[in-house]
Amino acid sequence: MKKLLTLTVNGRLREDAVAENALLIDYLRDTLGLTGTKQGCDGGECGACTVLVDGVPRLACSTLAHSVEGRSIETVEGLSTAGNLSRLQRAFHEHLGSQCGFCTPGMIMAAEALLRRNPQPSRDEIRAALAGNLCRCTGYVKIVDSVEAASKCGEVTA
Amino acid sequence: MNAPDRILPRVGRAGGEAHGVGARLPLVDGVEKVTGAARYTADLPAVGALVGKILRSAWAHAELLEVDVSAAQKLPGVRAVITGDACDMPYGVIPIAQNEFPLARGRVRYHGDPIAAVAAVDEATADAALALIRVKVREQPACFSAADARKPDAVLLHDNKPGNIEREVHNEFGDVAAGFAAADLVREETYQCAEVHHAMMEPNAALAAWDVERGHLTLWSVTQVPYYVHLTLARCLKMEAAHIRVIKPFVGGGFGHRVEALNFEVICALLARAARGTVRLLQTREEAFLTHRGRPETHIRMKLGLTRDGRVTACEAEMVQRGGAYGGYGLVTILYAGALLNGLYDIPAVKYDGYRVYSNTPACGAMRGHGTVNARFAFESLLDTMAGELGLDPIDVRRRNLLKAPTDTINGLKVMSYGLPECIDWVEQASGWRERRGKLVGDGPIKRGLGMACSHFVSGSAKPVHWSGEPHAVIVLKVDFDASVTILTGASDIGQGSSTIITQVVAEVLGIDYSRIRLIATDSAITPKDNGSYSSRVTFMVGNAALDAAENLKRILVTAAAKRLGVSEAEVDWLGEAAAVVGDPSRQIPFADVVEEALVATGTITAKGTFTCPPEFQGGKQRGGAVGSTMGFSYAAQAVEVSVDTELGTVTIDKVWTAIDCGFALNPMSVEGQVQGAVWMGMGQALCEETVYENGRHKAANMLDYRVPTMAESPEIDVHIVESIDPNGPFGAKEASEGPLSGFLSALAAAVEDATGARIRQTPFTPDRVFDALNRNPRPAAAAAANPTATAKGEA
Repeated sequence: MKKLLTLTVNGRLREDAVAENALLIDYLRDTLGLTGTKQGCDGGECGACTVLVDGVPRLACSTLAHSVEGRSIETVEGLSTAGNLSRLQRAFHEHLGSQCGFCTPGMIMAAEALLRRNPQPSRDEIRAALAGNLCRCTGYVKIVDSVEAASKCGEVTA
Repeated sequence: MNAPDRILPRVGRAGGEAHGVGARLPLVDGVEKVTGAARYTADLPAVGALVGKILRSAWAHAELLEVDVSAAQKLPGVRAVITGDACDMPYGVIPIAQNEFPLARGRVRYHGDPIAAVAAVDEATADAALALIRVKVREQPACFSAADARKPDAVLLHDNKPGNIEREVHNEFGDVAAGFAAADLVREETYQCAEVHHAMMEPNAALAAWDVERGHLTLWSVTQVPYYVHLTLARCLKMEAAHIRVIKPFVGGGFGHRVEALNFEVICALLARAARGTVRLLQTREEAFLTHRGRPETHIRMKLGLTRDGRVTACEAEMVQRGGAYGGYGLVTILYAGALLNGLYDIPAVKYDGYRVYSNTPACGAMRGHGTVNARFAFESLLDTMAGELGLDPIDVRRRNLLKAPTDTINGLKVMSYGLPECIDWVEQASGWRERRGKLVGDGPIKRGLGMACSHFVSGSAKPVHWSGEPHAVIVLKVDFDASVTILTGASDIGQGSSTIITQVVAEVLGIDYSRIRLIATDSAITPKDNGSYSSRVTFMVGNAALDAAENLKRILVTAAAKRLGVSEAEVDWLGEAAAVVGDPSRQIPFADVVEEALVATGTITAKGTFTCPPEFQGGKQRGGAVGSTMGFSYAAQAVEVSVDTELGTVTIDKVWTAIDCGFALNPMSVEGQVQGAVWMGMGQALCEETVYENGRHKAANMLDYRVPTMAESPEIDVHIVESIDPNGPFGAKEASEGPLSGFLSALAAAVEDATGARIRQTPFTPDRVFDALNRNPRPAAAAAANPTATAKGEA
């Protein structure tokens, strides 16, 4: 059964008929075409689907779409403002925090949440905050570098 | 570094940012990755596509008596149901070892072997259809270990493979008996490495579109080898290759999982043809573990002879790999394991006996560091143990056994450049080896230690899988009216950055603005064939082809510039974004004018570049001698610092120092990223990664139970680049992505021994294994402390 889902996605109000049992990741990817949010596992293992719900990181693969009714969802596509890369997007790009790129959207969203609550994290704090986001390419060193670089560039997106 | 000096052809630039080789450039496709715009296979628009699903065996070994799909076919919304009858052509990446069908025929050989597949209008219908398929089997005895599979009465997985041996390798180079006779110390040890899996972040996915009118097929897939997939589709679907198009979109890593055509790709295509439409087949994470192709469980018996001063006189190794149910790359893996005992050090005699064994587990295959990792773990570990017995420092022993390039190894491999000495020097200095090794232990339950090891890997196999006579790599450049340069390449960027490296090489040679260049990759309808991204071949081979193509294009452009400027070609001063007359910078025309002139009477310009490894690099004459042959070995040394909790058995990696001889760093940032990723993947295998089967059923087919290191337990990895300038690599470059992996395992074992006195010979070093090792083999000091009468002052 579908029912109306009203919520905000990347700052825009949405109203869509969505199946009651639909997962947030499927709503974002299939209904809205926001395929930046990735499915990397069979549920809650890898962090690639991390999005922000009212600013808090959540696994879209383990969240029912209707459970975030009325809330504000942010995905990686929403971070760029007026086409400019966000500080984290720029840092991941320039410091090679992204190799194959598949974990990158979830990693950046988790890092975004970290920098909003802790604008100047230490490297160990970055490691602790992002430990739920797996990457198989980088060995994580340049991801930590990227988040650290972003934290030092001052711009605050929210 | 034993390589001839080579002058790099640097192009003068007028104040622009560095964009050629040697620059720390971000990935050319990096913006798409950080914005979410990058489309991976599962992200491709597929409105109206049918949903494909696979029914997999619930038995490890069984005869298929009946697969009844009649009820599934009748279910509304089901468009196709296929079984082993859909394809009677066995496939496999090695032409002489093709024994796998996309859907099982007559027998299933592992828990997870595909039996049937459906295409339906939605996921729920596809699931319901799978549930309606009735499979009748007669279960067979199954072999889950290499030892069981090799027993005389073991059931055979493949009737033509007696003893369940896929491939045996026996060779001896040099006089091993004389070598051991000349040694002052001979030791033999056994080592065991658990099976590991790539666990690349993107699960498997394919999208197949069947063009009913034309009988043509287009397949998008997550592959590292679109060309092999193309050939396999033509074979299995009995189609003209010309009627197939294979496209590789963005791919979320591979590490070897995707270096052969995989069953889900063929199944997706078979479904699309049967359903006469478009089918999207998204695989679960569990299915990636079952498709597998990882590094095999390996038992190693290693024997070395050393002189008193640390010279290796002989090496004798026996390796047994549990290969899983099908051939895949297996025979190459078992050959690699023996061949690359050579090429790192100067060893006068090597005997190798390898056994690749079939078992009722998911098929193993190629994984980063293909074939070499477990062998290197055993070799380096035993070298350390014997050095300790002789009272020699591990670094000194390695220095005593260095090669001098250029040289040929005893098994016919060519070493053309060799930066290992400089790698060792840096690691020794950076890690504080002399001051700190053996002195970090500490008094509490947490013991610290330092260990090191060396490793190497090929820059692509000098002999290709298919001996077609074609070049190893081809690049096409296209220039048209808009004065842009388009690179067409079949090289598969799977995150390692090959598209970026190719672009940098072309930018370097032409000297033009980076923004003028675009790259189109991996679409068989557009781009030249490429063998794929494996064995670290792309930078070396495709990089050389790109260099050749750019030089060919530049010649055409210089000719055009000379014509437009009214001078001879020798008088053209090529400035990249402009061309001028030598000695008269005022007579200058912009790049666009050069292109305009070049197009006169010819129109669109295409320039091709190729690269071929000459026959003398293609290995020894012995059977299988081509495996391990390469034009350029990378070299790496690394030191690892650990903390071991002796009460809990937990091992924490505090820091890693790695030096890589990659010949020349075309992109130093990219080299660092590749090295860190390789070292870290070695760390995962050493510390915690392990597939586990219970009666053939995968018990860890997810990213939680298959434990990969998280960011919280991952250390800083310092990387130092050594540039030996290889005489044959593009601008001197060699590979950087695989060589550093295999050294980690034994460097960690050495560090744990430095910390605790216990030498662990089995990976992964899980807390239980470490705890057992510590309590079986207590550190001499600890033993003394436990016995008050033995302490120096009689205290305690």
